[in-house]
Amino acid sequence: MATTKQKILLPAILLANDLLDGDVVFWTERGWSIDPAEALVARDETAAVRLQEVAAAALARGAVVDAYLVDVALREDGLPVPNHFRERFKIAGPSIRQDLGKQAAFAHLRGRA
Amino acid sequence: MYRYDQFDEAFVRERVAQFRGQVARRIDGSLTEDEFKPLRLKNGVYLQLHAYMLRIAIPYGTLSSVQLRQLALIGERYDRGYGHFTTRQNLQFNWPKLRDIPDILDLLADVGMHCIQTSGNCIRNTTADHFAGAAADEVEDPRPTAELIRQWSTMHPEFDYLPRKFKIAVTGAPRDRAAIRAHDIGIQVVRHPVSGEVGYRLFVGGGLGRTPMIGKLVRDFLPKAHLLAYLQSLMRVYNLEGRRDNKYKARVKILVHEIGIEEFRGRVEAEFAALDPAAIAADPEEVARIEAYFAPPAFVTLPETSQRLVADRARDPAFDRWVETNTFPHREPGYAAVTVSLKPVGGVPGDATSDQMRAVADLADAHSFGEIRVSHHQNLILPHVRQDALHGLWTGLVAAGLAEANAGLITDIIACPGLDYCALATARSIPIAQAISRRFASAERQREIGELGIKISGCINACGHHHVGHIGILGLEKSGQESYQVTLGGDATENAAIGQLLGPGIAATEVPDAIERLVAVYLAHRREGETFAEAVRRLGIEPFKAGFLATPAESANAAA
Ligand code: HEM
Ligand code: SF4
Repeated sequence: MATTKQKILLPAILLANDLLDGDVVFWTERGWSIDPAEALVARDETAAVRLQEVAAAALARGAVVDAYLVDVALREDGLPVPNHFRERFKIAGPSIRQDLGKQAAFAHLRGRA
Repeated sequence: MYRYDQFDEAFVRERVAQFRGQVARRIDGSLTEDEFKPLRLKNGVYLQLHAYMLRIAIPYGTLSSVQLRQLALIGERYDRGYGHFTTRQNLQFNWPKLRDIPDILDLLADVGMHCIQTSGNCIRNTTADHFAGAAADEVEDPRPTAELIRQWSTMHPEFDYLPRKFKIAVTGAPRDRAAIRAHDIGIQVVRHPVSGEVGYRLFVGGGLGRTPMIGKLVRDFLPKAHLLAYLQSLMRVYNLEGRRDNKYKARVKILVHEIGIEEFRGRVEAEFAALDPAAIAADPEEVARIEAYFAPPAFVTLPETSQRLVADRARDPAFDRWVETNTFPHREPGYAAVTVSLKPVGGVPGDATSDQMRAVADLADAHSFGEIRVSHHQNLILPHVRQDALHGLWTGLVAAGLAEANAGLITDIIACPGLDYCALATARSIPIAQAISRRFASAERQREIGELGIKISGCINACGHHHVGHIGILGLEKSGQESYQVTLGGDATENAAIGQLLGPGIAATEVPDAIERLVAVYLAHRREGETFAEAVRRLGIEPFKAGFLATPAESANAAA
């Protein structure tokens, strides 16, 4: 979870659940997006701390819930893929229902996780 | 069936209106998430990985066809066309939008349903034997007792902020199908051996989760009229002494374990002696009113066995197999209770589509007095079916994809949502269930293996009851991978036991083979008519441990 005390693993993205529908959203240069391909990737400590500040402010405003930083690896095409399987599932959707969740909406998420 | 009176109706509507206001204030920003979270949880709204989740209470697992159709409608209109029946006899929707939830709650209230008591540190929805009112071995229908507890405990001011959640289960039969000893309080309706009076036997301090415990006998016989006073005494001891400093030690099982059952019983009895049971007991008129709602439906007088059924079975082997596994002896001659399996091979345990819910509702209207039950095995039950009508019912179930003949068999697997949905999960559970059920798909093989309950949880919270599975599987994380611990010898019945660990965790892909090896040990050692659970009790864990730990090559040699 995003606390300043915790060691930040890089590169990292910021994700959260949308307040209204709970869908997983990603912080981008233009605010929150439902597409992980658009996630702003923090490659150094300064950028990651900046993401933590965004998370704190967003939680305080209440537009999202459960916002925290996730360490990722960058796929060849640039898509950030979480290092932990929990967040890979969180982003893709239920592995047993490929017709649901983001994997249904975004081709770049299919057949992975 | 129990129907809400004007008081219940007004109360539920008022709660919906309150929650509507709370959701509006959350959306406009006047409530923070920290303020809102306890409010939403009190109304059954959780946040999972991909979306919100709404948990709907199905008190003692009893549903009418009208209610089931309404759930189908909600699933279609506000969710993704399906719902998940859980080990708590509840229904969960996995994709509701926050803004829609007040409307969903209104639709529920239209059919006397709600999400109260499905979350938080209160007395939760009381569960019961799914064959209640139908089972041949029953002393008495446990549901009037469960309904009385529901009315007494709902919003009880003294017990609304307990140290932790509190779960009560009731069975009316000596054969425990409600896992009462895995609950904080387990209640068994019994007949006094000498006087013949009907009363209760109570167990306390059962529970699963990270510290699994089997409930201990706290009172051997309690007159019926004393139930609420006794429960009040017990809850008081817990409420005062239960730990609030550490949520992992806050359940009543920890208190009972720490002070011992004698000391605990002594404190409850002292509290009980200081109360006036008559002043606390429900008004006998109210008790009679509740009981009247559970009066048996209008059964007709029939011969013990239906010749039509005998003929249908002889004619149709697939039907015959289904009757053998999925029907249960009814207390009325000529009737049967039917398990509608929600465990198709390779399917998601407990999931039903809106179309399937409607199909079951229609079949319940045609064949079971419009009544449905949810079992803690994550199946549906049609409790009162004429044996004459079983073939017609089965034909309807086949058409709806609900006629899997596997109740109680190795593919009738309990699995919690795990990491496919749940934010607390450490690993997935559903795909493990699917892989095992595909491996053992053969109907002949399943029947040869016989009764065997596999239960799977996706984390230590044990929502999938793995501790009390004949074979239990717990999904954990090990070095960045999903890893599965396997336990053996658990039992959720009157022989309640916690399973023992067989060895180190294994990878998901290894699980079906490991189950094969355990089954092979059983088949090699069983005596005539001995079930898997009985064989484990007789043989102990060691031979199974050896089988479990054997590498695939070793087990091939052993079999050769
Ligand atoms: C959002 C989803 C869920 C959350 C957050 C959740 C949370 C928990 C937690 C924290 C515990 C441990 C309690 C303790 O040890 O004191 C627990 C236990 C349990 N839950 Fe869940 N659970 C969820 C879903 C489910 C589902 C889907 C079922 C039914 C299939 C279920 C049924 C149970 C049962 C039977 C237990 C163990 C009995 C006991 O309380 O000791 N839960 N749950
Ligand atoms: S056992 Fe764990 S993973 Fe499964 S539903 Fe409960 S909390 Fe979630």
